[in-house]
Amino acid sequence: MRTVAVVGASLAGLRSVEELRKQGFDGRIVVIGEEVHAPYDRPPLTKAFLAGTLPAAELALSDDDFAAEWKLGVRADRVDPSTGSVHLSSGEIVRTDGLVIATGGRPRALPGTAAMSGVHTLRTLDDAVALQADLRPGARVVVVGAGWIGAEVASTCRALDLDVTVVEAAPVPMERALGATLGALCADLHTDHGVELRLGVGVAAFAHNGSRVTGVVLRDGSHLPADVVVAGIGMEPATGWLRGSGLPLDNGVLCDTGCVTSIPSVVAVGDVARYRTPLGGHVRHEHWTNASEQPVVAVRNLLAGATIETFRPSGYVWSDQYGVRLQIAGETAGADEIAVIDGSPDDRKFVAEFRRSGQPVGIFAMNNAKLFGRMRRQLAAATG
Amino acid sequence: MITACAVDDLPVGESMRISGEVAIAVFNADGEIYAIDDTCSHQDASLSEGWLEGCFVECPLHAALFDLRTGVPTCLPAKKPVRTYSVVVQDGMIYVDTRSREAVA
Repeated sequence: MRTVAVVGASLAGLRSVEELRKQGFDGRIVVIGEEVHAPYDRPPLTKAFLAGTLPAAELALSDDDFAAEWKLGVRADRVDPSTGSVHLSSGEIVRTDGLVIATGGRPRALPGTAAMSGVHTLRTLDDAVALQADLRPGARVVVVGAGWIGAEVASTCRALDLDVTVVEAAPVPMERALGATLGALCADLHTDHGVELRLGVGVAAFAHNGSRVTGVVLRDGSHLPADVVVAGIGMEPATGWLRGSGLPLDNGVLCDTGCVTSIPSVVAVGDVARYRTPLGGHVRHEHWTNASEQPVVAVRNLLAGATIETFRPSGYVWSDQYGVRLQIAGETAGADEIAVIDGSPDDRKFVAEFRRSGQPVGIFAMNNAKLFGRMRRQLAAATG
Repeated sequence: MITACAVDDLPVGESMRISGEVAIAVFNADGEIYAIDDTCSHQDASLSEGWLEGCFVECPLHAALFDLRTGVPTCLPAKKPVRTYSVVVQDGMIYVDTRSREAVA
């Protein structure tokens, strides 16, 4: 293998480049990134960066270019695996014999808001800069979706002393991952801090003055005045450029247990990769740790030309909201029992264990990083 | 020189945090006492809550590993070192010398 192209220059792309070099690949690496920015850390975009306490320069993920060619501000438009050609929006064609797909995804937009200013999604640095510019003193903010992104944006907006309402169509936020009781506890974090929470009601329409959003109309008929609307309603994997490539696509790039696609010289990592689990079925994760961990295995298999290693996710996710640190590890969604094993949810400092058929499968902690770290290791040892 | 705690209060494998203008984390790594800045150089996390392995501590938030002897991170996401401090153990007490703050490049 002489040339490897890495398409996508965020965490998963950067980690792939780093792993290629770490695992001894000394050939040519070409990185193609649609954003003009060098790889940067996204988690602070909803938190310290949005709050204005962390400058953009501090977001850079690496000072090292790993002797790769970085083509930034350029999109990969299509790929022809039979010839190993990646066609770029600049007209250039990169010939490669190994391909890492790390294109991530795009946030879902609220229907009917495309022409309206004041309505935001948040994934990129440019998104965060645009949202930040709209968070003027006195602005009334409506956040649609009470998942991690929505919750963190609401928390930051409250810290900026803005008037915030969170709208969530489900009756309990985060219920699939955390269960009804802990999901309700996450909902309480919002109301504890003066955020109005509207659960179990969807959005019907957006009010506007011709160009700018002025409010959100809910399905129960209520009207929420708004100067700024932020959508945190999930993302779609960025696979459009792979249509016609012959690579199997279905809610992401389908790959085997080692992140290898139907073509051994093509691997997928990060938010875009939908890999096969050892138990069968395919899963896709949309979080930082996954984007950081998968390249280790994907690159090993790419360089080996075969799947010699299986990816084992740690399932580690964290979130900071209202000064509370939330941490999750393992497969909390599959639990049939949840037990608080330390501290108390009322104090917002506790650790809970998620079990299935009596066996620990996941951990959730609020404000107890030390015990969480210990239990996370025990869980990895027990389930690994 | 600031007082951390009694040697007996910091068994092997344990850590403690000295709060202050700049919080300091003190570790007992297999009998050697080390002191470094408590706040991770990457993002807001307390290294005294991290996982201690040999003379390395893993940040409890993003698993960046710091060498307690030099403060230098060994992997992403941390890029910048944390400061290290000299430690004095005298009469069963652990003291941290904050004047010796050395920026490790």
